[in-house]
Amino acid sequence: MSDIAKVQNAVMSASFLKRFGPWLLLALGLIVLPFFFSSNIAVYTMNLMGIFIIFALSYNMLLGQGGMLSFGHAVYFGLGGFMSVHFMNYIEADIFVVPVVIVPIFGGLIGLLFAVIVGSFSTRRAGTVFAMISLGIGELIASCSLIFVAFFGGEEGISADRTMGPEVMGVDFAQDIEVYYLIAVWAFITIALMYLFSRTPMGRMANAVRDNDERIEFIGYSQRKVRFISFCASGFFAGIAGGLFAINFEIVTEENLNALTSGVVLLMAYIGGVGFFVGPIVGAVVFTLLQTLLSNYTEIWQLYVGVLFVSTVMYAPQGLTGLIAMHIPAFKMKRLRVLAVPYVRAGIPTLLLLAGISGFLETIHHVRSAAVGETTMSLLGIEFDTHTIMPWIIIAVLVVVGGYLTKTQMPQLREAWDEANAPLKSDEGGAS
Amino acid sequence: MFELIFFSLLNGIVTGLLLFMLASGLTLIFSMMGVLNFAHASFYMLGAYVAYTISLYLGFWVGLIVAPLVVGVLGAVVERYGLRHVHRWGHVAELIFTFGLAFLIEEIVQFIWGKDTKAYHEPEILQFPLFTFFGQNFPAYKAFMLLISIGIFIALLLVLTRSRIGLIIQAAITRPNMTAMLGHNVPLVFMGVFGMGCALAGLAGVIAGPALGTFPGMAVVLGSIVFVIVVVGGLGSLGGAFIASLLIGLLQTFAIALDYSVSDILVAFNITTDAESAFRDLWTLSLPQIAPILPYLLLVLILIFRPTGLFGKRES
Amino acid sequence: MKIKSTIIAGAALATLSAFAAQAADTIKIGFIDPLSGPFAATGTNGLAQFRYAVDELVNKKGGVLGGTEFEIVAYDNKISPKESLIQLKRAIGEGVRYIAQGNSSGVANALTDAIKKHNKRNPDNRVLFLNYSAVDPALTNAKCNFWHFRFDANADIKMNALTDVIKVKKDIKKIYLIGQDYSFGKSVAAAAVRFLKEKRPDVVIVGNELHPIGKVKDFTPYATKIRASGADAVITGNWGADMIGLGKAIGETGLDVPIYTYYAANDGITKTIGASGKNKIRLVHEGPLNPPSSAAYEAYHKGFKAKNPEKDISQFRIANTVQMLAAAIEKAGNAQPINVAKALEGMEFTSLHGETLTMRAEDHQMIQPIHISVHTDEGITFDSDNSGYGLSTETTVAAADTALPTTCKMKRPM
Repeated sequence: MSDIAKVQNAVMSASFLKRFGPWLLLALGLIVLPFFFSSNIAVYTMNLMGIFIIFALSYNMLLGQGGMLSFGHAVYFGLGGFMSVHFMNYIEADIFVVPVVIVPIFGGLIGLLFAVIVGSFSTRRAGTVFAMISLGIGELIASCSLIFVAFFGGEEGISADRTMGPEVMGVDFAQDIEVYYLIAVWAFITIALMYLFSRTPMGRMANAVRDNDERIEFIGYSQRKVRFISFCASGFFAGIAGGLFAINFEIVTEENLNALTSGVVLLMAYIGGVGFFVGPIVGAVVFTLLQTLLSNYTEIWQLYVGVLFVSTVMYAPQGLTGLIAMHIPAFKMKRLRVLAVPYVRAGIPTLLLLAGISGFLETIHHVRSAAVGETTMSLLGIEFDTHTIMPWIIIAVLVVVGGYLTKTQMPQLREAWDEANAPLKSDEGGAS
Repeated sequence: MFELIFFSLLNGIVTGLLLFMLASGLTLIFSMMGVLNFAHASFYMLGAYVAYTISLYLGFWVGLIVAPLVVGVLGAVVERYGLRHVHRWGHVAELIFTFGLAFLIEEIVQFIWGKDTKAYHEPEILQFPLFTFFGQNFPAYKAFMLLISIGIFIALLLVLTRSRIGLIIQAAITRPNMTAMLGHNVPLVFMGVFGMGCALAGLAGVIAGPALGTFPGMAVVLGSIVFVIVVVGGLGSLGGAFIASLLIGLLQTFAIALDYSVSDILVAFNITTDAESAFRDLWTLSLPQIAPILPYLLLVLILIFRPTGLFGKRES
Repeated sequence: MKIKSTIIAGAALATLSAFAAQAADTIKIGFIDPLSGPFAATGTNGLAQFRYAVDELVNKKGGVLGGTEFEIVAYDNKISPKESLIQLKRAIGEGVRYIAQGNSSGVANALTDAIKKHNKRNPDNRVLFLNYSAVDPALTNAKCNFWHFRFDANADIKMNALTDVIKVKKDIKKIYLIGQDYSFGKSVAAAAVRFLKEKRPDVVIVGNELHPIGKVKDFTPYATKIRASGADAVITGNWGADMIGLGKAIGETGLDVPIYTYYAANDGITKTIGASGKNKIRLVHEGPLNPPSSAAYEAYHKGFKAKNPEKDISQFRIANTVQMLAAAIEKAGNAQPINVAKALEGMEFTSLHGETLTMRAEDHQMIQPIHISVHTDEGITFDSDNSGYGLSTETTVAAADTALPTTCKMKRPM
């Protein structure tokens, strides 16, 4: 217990560097990332990550911080995107000329406007009622987008050209790397703003409403107003993310506001961990990597994502960030070393088991979908013939041995875990 | 016109009763556990696929009996080893779990059965027009669907109100702790009801598969509509679900059948519109075009003005 | 831990594939179409046809430019415009200069726009867009551009051919139009109204209906309505699940009228509709299937079925696309997209069926003979979905008669 208190004290009395260190690090990281990942597709993937980070963080303002489960958050993202793409076309037509850099603001504003409208009736209650309204609104807007072609462009969406605006410092955003820095700046600003929002009294009240809305009413706050404000702020940031999407892809279509995108943002936030501010960031990065990398190597990547999602909900409700955060007490007590060996001992068989299972799935999938006579397939660069017995034996061995060893290694892991997290002996005697 | 109304009425009732088979299970599960099961329609899809596979080897009728049982057992397993495990993390986690499960089941179905539409057909003895009215056929299979749905409704009603098991279920729903005190195994009841709900969804899938197509997207197409029914009828209300199912079924068929559009109204009031304006799509909007979004409109309106639904007693 | 290993494995694979790519000097065609999700069946079918066409028609004949082979690189776009653009970036990064895509006009619109911008911004590594199936007329009219070539007949051309058939069927007096509520469905309906007015002013259009795409679970209400309208022919551009549903529902009401369609065959549709659509469903398409046209095609078809017994040659234009690209590269003397594009413009070509096709220079629209076939199980040599049912050609409209004027004003690069 007192360790946590100490940690809190340390945070409170943090020096300038401690307080702004993470932000400087973030800024530095954003600046230097393209030097390490300089290929075209890497930059493009990072652009996508930046957009999704903002979107997922805005979603977590609802779910993680406000306790509102939304199944229609893509509405604000998509509407923000559509508005921005229209603005880019206005710029091209010389109707309303502003640098393309500030276009996401308009996306944010339309997100805010719709959040105000929808929030005025949907935030009256949390829980199932809120979730159902968000679902209904999501379906309504998504269907409308195919009917109202003038604004939404029907199935093919609306496209624009981002290079048509006045140049900012000689940059016309023709190249992706220029867009990367545009997104990075926006991401930095919005992440900071959303973080600050969570630290304001308003942000704290949102947490309180999430935890116990009745008590909030008793101490004189309106739970509805608190939820409404969170909801509007969330819509605003989702709209900004949509605006950045419009700039990056130069096209916005119905898929930006349909139920699938709403589901994806829930997935990202939850896999990352809704209980932490950085959770959705982790989730957005991991999900984008899965989506763009994994899908290049396996056709059944969605099956893996589904399994990952369901197992996260079942076994790690705090998400990936939660798994990392679990190690903080041990780290503070300088006991992570205790865990190293048990992790390796349990990790290797687990990897074998997972390799066996996914090898099984991949091979089955290949056998069923490949052309006749095409019996060779390659996994991780290893080529083999699916119609011989050998690969199946290897897979079976991997699963059985991996599974057995994983099971036998679990007790020692649990023991080591308990040891690493046991209270310090000195605690019993007071302060050290 | 009469022909159109007559057949629309029939079709609406067939659709409505089919929806009720799904909605009844969903609403029972909700009143018991307080969780809206997003994966409910996925069990409907599983029913269709399992029955399809069985029908390849043993024929339609075996599938009709066995597939719902298989799906029911699967549902019970999901409750026992999934939902009950997640329960400790709270309601939101449970909701998200079922949401993820729906996603996962769709992927598993695609993995096992592939991505194309399956040629799952009605049994031969039901492939004839039952009657012809104004030259239009009414397929016997539709009548069979109607019969099964009504049979299920009556059976459900009798079991819940007249049998001892029904009384225990009702008790477990309203006062789970008290029921447990009286010596009933409440978790077992929950598992049983969940399994039964899934079996009902599976049965709906078995009989709907041949009529509406057996393909990986069939759960998504129906999933949110069933949600709408349960919410509109009132969460946890079986009678409400019944009325709402029929309402939605009829609403959808009649919205398609009746060709009215905004421009008709405008013409009636002598208002002319500009064909190039940004609102041009609004003026040409017709009832059939918006038929599929009417349920969602209804859902949002109900939630705003009567959050308990038409016949519900509680909000969540 | 799992993620980390995934990344490492991914990186390892990426390096490996990069090496493999450098080892053999091939001309890469990036195939960007759905390989997962609800439309995967169509995408994987198209991919198999591309692979077979490239092997059979180019590589086994010694490649192009004295031995350079073609290679198909598959990219999964999940039928989403966004994913398609990501995959386009990746493909360009991996040295692909020819992009093939066909499923969904929405995706094609996004790609043609993105490729136009890319070529303008990166004149050093331009790419060419080979559209083998997306038929929105706008792509070769208002939205046409130099880098886009369409090998399928567009929706207007198909409707033109279809209405030529209806013109002579004097027993058709009332027609019902039904389609999906999006750009393609609307352009089919608009074209039908326009051509029918021109060719058969006496025909009454008793219904012009649009339904939401992919959201209708039961088509019975629509079928009831069609039935009640007294129509004696139906025209629809529906595809996928929407086509299956509509076909079945119309069959069940006992309505016995011809249904003119664009996409009511293969990928499970033929099998599902089966007997209920016999002699009712008609399809407008290129590439005749039954009766077999030529020995060359027969051999090609049988070779494909031997390799892919579960799949069909559902899009014959894929063979044309591959052959014409090879011919254009030979003609240009190099594989620079801009030269190949200039060689493709106005190219005349004889297909495996022995038909003469022309890539019209003004709008890059292929002009080719169009066939109207009936869904039947009689006289079928090459069936679809291994169901015994297939398409039997009833009418053929000559290439010259299908050509329509274009509004395209193409800007050509210097």
